[in-house]
Amino acid sequence: MDAAIRIEGLVKRYGDVVAVDGLDLEVARGECFGLLGPNGAGKTTTVEILEGLLAPTGGTVEVLGRRWAREPLELRARIGVALQETKLFDRLTVEETLRLFRTFYAGRAALSVETLLEEMQLGEKRATWVMKLSGGQRQRLAVALGLIGDPEVLFLDEPTTGLDPQSRRALWDTIAALRARGKTVVLTTHYMDEAERLCDRVAIVDHGKRIALGTPAELIDQSGGQHLVELSTDPALPAEAFAGLQGLRAIRVQGDGFVLSIDEPHVALPALIARLGERGVRPTRLVSRTATLDDVFLALTGRTLRED
Amino acid sequence: MTGGPLWALSAARIKQFLREPGALFWTFGFPLLITVALGIAFRNQGPTKSQIAVLEGPGATTVAATLADDSGIVVTIVDPERAAKRLGAGEVVLIVVPPATPGAPFVYRYDPSRPDALAARRLVDERLQRGAGRRDPLSIRDETVVARGSRYVDWLVPGLLGMQLLNGAMWGAAFNIVNARQRKLLKRLAATPMRRSDYLLSFRVSGLVFVPIQVLVLFAFAHLTFGVTIHGSPVAALALALLGSWSFAGLGLLCASRAQNSETANGLINLITLPMMVLSGVFFSSSRFPAILQPAIRLLPMSAFNEALRHVVNDGASIFSQGFPLAVLVGWALCTSVLAVRIFRWT
Repeated sequence: MDAAIRIEGLVKRYGDVVAVDGLDLEVARGECFGLLGPNGAGKTTTVEILEGLLAPTGGTVEVLGRRWAREPLELRARIGVALQETKLFDRLTVEETLRLFRTFYAGRAALSVETLLEEMQLGEKRATWVMKLSGGQRQRLAVALGLIGDPEVLFLDEPTTGLDPQSRRALWDTIAALRARGKTVVLTTHYMDEAERLCDRVAIVDHGKRIALGTPAELIDQSGGQHLVELSTDPALPAEAFAGLQGLRAIRVQGDGFVLSIDEPHVALPALIARLGERGVRPTRLVSRTATLDDVFLALTGRTLRED
Repeated sequence: MTGGPLWALSAARIKQFLREPGALFWTFGFPLLITVALGIAFRNQGPTKSQIAVLEGPGATTVAATLADDSGIVVTIVDPERAAKRLGAGEVVLIVVPPATPGAPFVYRYDPSRPDALAARRLVDERLQRGAGRRDPLSIRDETVVARGSRYVDWLVPGLLGMQLLNGAMWGAAFNIVNARQRKLLKRLAATPMRRSDYLLSFRVSGLVFVPIQVLVLFAFAHLTFGVTIHGSPVAALALALLGSWSFAGLGLLCASRAQNSETANGLINLITLPMMVLSGVFFSSSRFPAILQPAIRLLPMSAFNEALRHVVNDGASIFSQGFPLAVLVGWALCTSVLAVRIFRWT
């Protein structure tokens, strides 16, 4: 594999606090790779080390086959960055900000300001001061600045955090288009739907460690299958009541009911309903849905992503 | 138009500054207001008159009439109790007690620690002795001149320029940098191939634009309102202003090199500017401090700046005669800049 990024045994400590605890990763060129995990999992620390903004405590990091300690200028010119919530120059306009940043990439194959304004749908806002942009527009500008040097690797740290749903979807479309053009994209997020939608592969990190790695589909399959049934009954049933149910792979308690992982819903669902009939209980909640990375995280850690 | 990054960063800085009305006021308007306020408060009011009291009693009216002949004396006859009160309150500087019996001495009652009381004593004595028939053996002719650049406002304006440049370096540049660090803008810039020195130099380049405007506006205003003139070379004054602002910018950069938030920066800036405002002779001469402190005070960049600029502006001295203050300014500029760049934190 022609790796864009290679991380081996990465460790970052702040005093007694271990932010990254022996991380290994490889990201291929042209891949959209997601670092997933709750707040404080070490995602931002990892990305900032990859961006050359933080020095690791231990381990090796290679970006585009190079090391930060040896070739910082060369690397900075070849990557693009959108930090978590970048604040830019308040009283410069969108266009002025783009032109300013473009001068930093002089002599390199930088994208034209006009192209970026159009691609990021910022044309109408070109003469607006940065301080007067909405959250979504500001984030699009941040991504535009990340793209301005026509980077080989683009890092996006929680690009849609704090955005309204419409702005999120607009930014997703942009990132999907970059991926389609063959750019290597590394993004961090604590939104599972974002990772599923955008990423070829994801690594789930928790407490600075990698706890799962694969395509979203693989991870979902490993954690118990793609189809889930959420069920509560009146009166409540014990878990043993579902033993031997056709197509049942796993069962776990959720609230006052269960989540059942099943294969082939067209087989398992009729069998389940027949079983409820035999027992003479009435379902108060019966939902069949597709598993998400949220379910993966829950299965791996016993915690949901947002409970921190 | 695309120039180099240094030019682009400097142009961005100037644009942002012009778009911030508050910054414009504090940089250009505020020193003018201080000039007006202090220029009016400390204007020269002509020769002051001595307020003299004559104690009532025999001969008081004659004494008062003799004294009143002098245009420099304002005289009143009062009873002993009121006279004492007025002397205590400083309303009169000297009390004349005429003798109760002929041949007994005149009494001058005054506080010798007051310079104006001593002057009044000489004046009163001379007038009374002459009135009694004393003849001066020498003939005297007074020629009065007003020394150029000797008024308070003449002295004040160079110091105000120093204050203005120091404030610009601190609140304009240093605070701005810390703010950018707090907002992670420095980190964002550090992630680009921008040469980091370009960012720091852009503050100096924009200074090259603002400092001449500040010098021009302040001196033009002071000239139009109070007739303050630059007696030395205006080019030398401008060169000094640029050197001074470089020196202060180094201090500002040092303040800004590590502070993580604007509260810390605020404290650091006050820690550096307030002592210099007091010690370095902005509003009153630093010669008022004890002699033992003078060598240390002269080593402060603000003192050096004020000293050199006042010699050039008020005394018409050549900039090349100001070796010591120039060396102090260059020394501060170099040491602070080098140290600041070494310990500067981008993240």
